Amino acid sequence: MINFDALQSLEPNALILFAPEILLATMAMLMLMFGVFRPKSMRTVYRIAITTLILATAALLFPFFQPGDFILFGGAVIVDDFARYMKCLILAAALAAIFMARDYLERTQLQRFEYPVLILLATLGMCLMVSAKDLVAMYLALELQGLCLYILAAFKRDSLRSSEAGLKYFVLGALSSGILLFGCSLLYGFTGATGFEALANAAGTMPENLGLLFGLVFVLAGLAFKCSAVPFHMWTPDVYEGAPTPVTAFLAGAAKLAAVGLIVRFLAGGFLPAATQWQQIIIALAATSMVLGAFAAIGQNNVKRLMAYSAIGHIGYMLSALATATFEGVTGILLYLFLYLTMNIGVFAAILLMQKQDSQVENISDLAGLHERNPGTAFMLAVLLFSLAGVPPLAGFFAKFYVFLAVVEAGLYPLAIIGVLASVVAAFYYLRIVKIMYFDTIAEPMRQTAAIELKCLLVIAGIINLVFFVYPAVLLAPAQWGATSLILP
Amino acid sequence: MSLATISLEHYLAVSAMLFTIGVFGVFIHRKNLIIILMAIELILLAANLNLIAFATHNGDLVGQIFALFVLTVAAAEAAVGLAILTVFFRNRGNIDVERVNIMKG
Repeated sequence: MINFDALQSLEPNALILFAPEILLATMAMLMLMFGVFRPKSMRTVYRIAITTLILATAALLFPFFQPGDFILFGGAVIVDDFARYMKCLILAAALAAIFMARDYLERTQLQRFEYPVLILLATLGMCLMVSAKDLVAMYLALELQGLCLYILAAFKRDSLRSSEAGLKYFVLGALSSGILLFGCSLLYGFTGATGFEALANAAGTMPENLGLLFGLVFVLAGLAFKCSAVPFHMWTPDVYEGAPTPVTAFLAGAAKLAAVGLIVRFLAGGFLPAATQWQQIIIALAATSMVLGAFAAIGQNNVKRLMAYSAIGHIGYMLSALATATFEGVTGILLYLFLYLTMNIGVFAAILLMQKQDSQVENISDLAGLHERNPGTAFMLAVLLFSLAGVPPLAGFFAKFYVFLAVVEAGLYPLAIIGVLASVVAAFYYLRIVKIMYFDTIAEPMRQTAAIELKCLLVIAGIINLVFFVYPAVLLAPAQWGATSLILP
Repeated sequence: MSLATISLEHYLAVSAMLFTIGVFGVFIHRKNLIIILMAIELILLAANLNLIAFATHNGDLVGQIFALFVLTVAAAEAAVGLAILTVFFRNRGNIDVERVNIMKG
């Protein structure tokens, strides 16, 4: 007979718990070697990348799954339900970014094996970000994903827009990492520790320490930069517009997930005892982001630019849930992240599906009359836009509902009022696109690519948003498990 | 105060100054992108100086190890930054900060 008690007391094998990350790292390096020796075999590299991502997700969930929280590598990283939840979403977003890219890269003559390699390395950085439990691990993970994303943004290297996007992203991203690092050094200096837990204890025992506060503010400024919260948002519209569209989808999906995951882990997981000190900052970031996201998007004509301002607004909603520092708030963020990811993937798949004679459709006015030519695409895009606007009974409504519920329960009424008003204003520009698709006359001939994977992604995203209201518990339960590992209900 | 003793505060003051110069270098400098890269390096070095000063003051090794990691990252960052700068230069013909403005709004 097996002695279960003895089995449970065994020290869990760190390498097995860390299998997804190890897989991503080794396969990315193997793919690099493969690409060097066989530069022509693009398709193989893509297949390897897809297989790796699927295997990494599987390794995360099935064979080695051990419930519970595990702190690995001397306290550098933690594997808990929050990390598992976020890693699942990040891996799914990376998979979508690779699927989306195939057709686009073929059409724009960009078939280089670096694309999947960089996506895998960035994904590795993001997975490490959401499970970091130490300032050193946090900074290194942030830089790993950042450096890959700067290159990806400038991936279309003979295009001025793309290289300008890469340059802007690099300068502002490096500056924000520098500010974050300076904050880390102050936190380390005034507490003598780098682990989040030790930092939290120190923050709880000496809340008035000026050096600690300065450090916290610097780190928060850096993190706000990464998730493009106002007033650190100025890079977002330019980078979203200039970067190749599949990369934009990756930035808007996986990179946002990881940045929000890190800020939640850092504040709600680490600095919870010092909540009164960071709540004010997060409230200010959230309120300004919601308002700017709503108003600045009104005048935009480029869909990618509009999605950038929309992302800023949605970050505002998530941060307002974080400002509550409650279990309900974190649950709301986790659910919101999942649903926002599906909307993002769907909208970018729809953008990639449509093209003019020789170029990609990017202007909103080009969508005129889409309903007559491609009723299916128009319908799915309309569903996603309604969902982004938060119209019931679509998923976007529930995402906002749980967030605002948490905000009201925490007594942050002004924030809830600003949020609701901002989402009413934001509904205007989403509905304007729907109006153009359904009621305006066709402006210019446009056709759809035959890429089946784009259609699949669009349909899956649309269906998730359509039927979520039937049984929300399917997604709510994992979000609650994830939140439990940070804050107890 | 005797000149021979350099305390923690002195190191912190120098690194705060370096940090400020770096941040101002990024925001105020409007001529050459290379200078912006140098300003970013300055910020990283300021953080490094902080880390090492604190590590010595606290008698703890973690800060020094952190500083070594930061050096590696700074090298990688410089490499990526210069590569992107080269690509931009090829497309644009110059690296004038005020001309990095195709996309606006």
